[in-house]
Amino acid sequence: MNSANRIDQRFRELADSGRTALIPYVTAGHPSPEASVDILHAAVAAGADLLELGMPFSDVMADGPVIQNACARALEQGMNLDRVLEMVATFRQQDAKTPIVLMGYTNPIERRGSARFAAEAAEAGVDALLIVDCPADEAEELRSDLAEHELHQIFLVAPTTTARRLERTATLAGGFVYYVSIKGVTGAASLDLDSLAPAVGRIREAMDLPVAVGFGIREPEQAAAVARCANGVVIGSALVDRLDRCCSAADAVRVTQQFLGAVRAAMDAATALDETAVNA
Amino acid sequence: MLEALQRTSPETQVPDDSGHFGIFGGKFVSETLMPALEELDEAWRHHLKDPDFLAELDRDLTHFVGRPSPLYFAENLTRQVGGARILLKREDLNHTGAHKINNTVGQGLLARAMGKRRVIAETGAGQHGVASATVAARLGMQCVVYMGAEDVRRQSVNVFRMKLLGAEVVSVEAGSRTLKDALNEAMRDWVTNVDDTFYILGTVAGPHPYPAMVRDFNAVVGREARAQMLAEYGRLPDALVACVGGGSNAIGLFHPFVNDCQVAMYGVEAAGRGLVGLDHAASLCAGRVGVLHGSRTYLLDDDAGQIRETHSVSAGLDYPGVGPEHAWLKDTGRAQYVGIDDREAMKAFHALTRSEGIMPALETAHAVAYGMRLAAERPRDELILINLSGRGDKDINTVAEIEGIEF
Repeated sequence: MNSANRIDQRFRELADSGRTALIPYVTAGHPSPEASVDILHAAVAAGADLLELGMPFSDVMADGPVIQNACARALEQGMNLDRVLEMVATFRQQDAKTPIVLMGYTNPIERRGSARFAAEAAEAGVDALLIVDCPADEAEELRSDLAEHELHQIFLVAPTTTARRLERTATLAGGFVYYVSIKGVTGAASLDLDSLAPAVGRIREAMDLPVAVGFGIREPEQAAAVARCANGVVIGSALVDRLDRCCSAADAVRVTQQFLGAVRAAMDAATALDETAVNA
Repeated sequence: MLEALQRTSPETQVPDDSGHFGIFGGKFVSETLMPALEELDEAWRHHLKDPDFLAELDRDLTHFVGRPSPLYFAENLTRQVGGARILLKREDLNHTGAHKINNTVGQGLLARAMGKRRVIAETGAGQHGVASATVAARLGMQCVVYMGAEDVRRQSVNVFRMKLLGAEVVSVEAGSRTLKDALNEAMRDWVTNVDDTFYILGTVAGPHPYPAMVRDFNAVVGREARAQMLAEYGRLPDALVACVGGGSNAIGLFHPFVNDCQVAMYGVEAAGRGLVGLDHAASLCAGRVGVLHGSRTYLLDDDAGQIRETHSVSAGLDYPGVGPEHAWLKDTGRAQYVGIDDREAMKAFHALTRSEGIMPALETAHAVAYGMRLAAERPRDELILINLSGRGDKDINTVAEIEGIEF
């Protein structure tokens, strides 16, 4: 697997160094469009390995109140796909390596046309799309448009996903798999750590891709526990909620660095502990 | 009554196995819900062929809902309009006052058969919420109804009815605070409580299998009407007219007539303050193809693909999407879709109330208005069948407010 996609490169590097990926999610344009690019750089400085950037949508059916509110605030401030792509392009001027996944819903992409959007996203420096309401069953057209520009489509796997669905997802998924650790919307109940390791094992048996875990990871300690059995930890609502209370871009940068820094430290301590145990 | 439900007839060729009506429909939902939809699809297909299930549904439709509903010749209205004869399929006479109960009785029995103890529903005008709460009360199930805060205000009588029936009504403050936001919230509940909860979706929208399943439960309207036409008039009607928000009463009427090519079909959307501006809810007349609430269909959005807020005097039509089968009927040309604005719907509300002593729901008044327009243009020997989908008791506060009347 020698793909030029930044996501594949990044997971190869992480595997070599025995590190688990920290993948923060922020909604583009939240808390303000001016703050977004600074927040992304701050996240990388605090130890983020990949970035998920949410494309705001009016009807975020699979998201909880925190991200719903973030989307509404971003839309009120005039966010749209063009400005999301501008943000990515601006970010790329200073950071050519950190992979970016755009996360969103189908309708805005359909309105733009998926072929055209794939081309524009690749041009801006995007590496993958995760479209929440586009499961494997409906993904063929979008995936082929993305593949033409060497973009991955990231798929969700849930606790409820059957073996047959897992197989189908395996044939389409690229980059990594996003395991939704709870039955629920983003930012809802805390995840169940006991069921996590077997679930991740089941996915690894079905496909040869790194597994990132998200939904319901709120505290550094939870991130640390997840880091011990997954290839990546996604932090979304917990960060977005903190950003929601920031009143300036500088404030948002500080909050991002502080929170993600603590998460990173907890994750690294947990995986280092495991290595010590193995070596002993 | 249900024999036709078991029959594989040409009109049931859509959707295909994956839930698509041509390019429309499908399952655009988060992965967490996909297995639940597959389970539901399987259960529905299974019970569709289960004689015991169908017999119980039949009994409930007869003795609990009060079917068959009459086919009524609106003689006075016909005379007043002066054209084709106007016939009304009296779904307003069903228990709880609208066609919605046809579907909730069916889904309620299905929920019980699947072993679910908790049901949830979204509602706009409150009719579907009331119908869901009614069935939950009878089956002894816990019931939570999601309703946009704006609709809670507009339909306070129905909110109280739901509470009397033992349902919890959750007022949804997000977005435009209407039906679409209630639907989002119900989906979130379902994702979270998918193990023990059955989502009774109230219209032919949403992900597969809902558009097909809700259609099949409501198709009793069209099957009865078709048989009544043949028995009482010796022929089929020249035109069918029904209002379309999500489109369940219209599909229920249209579906059994789809292969009767001589029968014209008109779906009537809410043109609000006019189709020219943005203050309407006419996704088929003025929208474009996109993806909302789990299916590809016609919808109202802006150039960035954000779903627009809609307007209609009737809460039940105030929805930016429409069932995918209507999108398919529109594109294939089998049905035509037209708009009636708030003003004309209000006029029809009064016209039917005063001429026949039948007070229609404001949603239904849109169909009545177009039916009157059509009748005026057509010769006297033609028959126009309007689906009188619901009664207007719930709307009297809205009507009073619009007309500046205080109690």
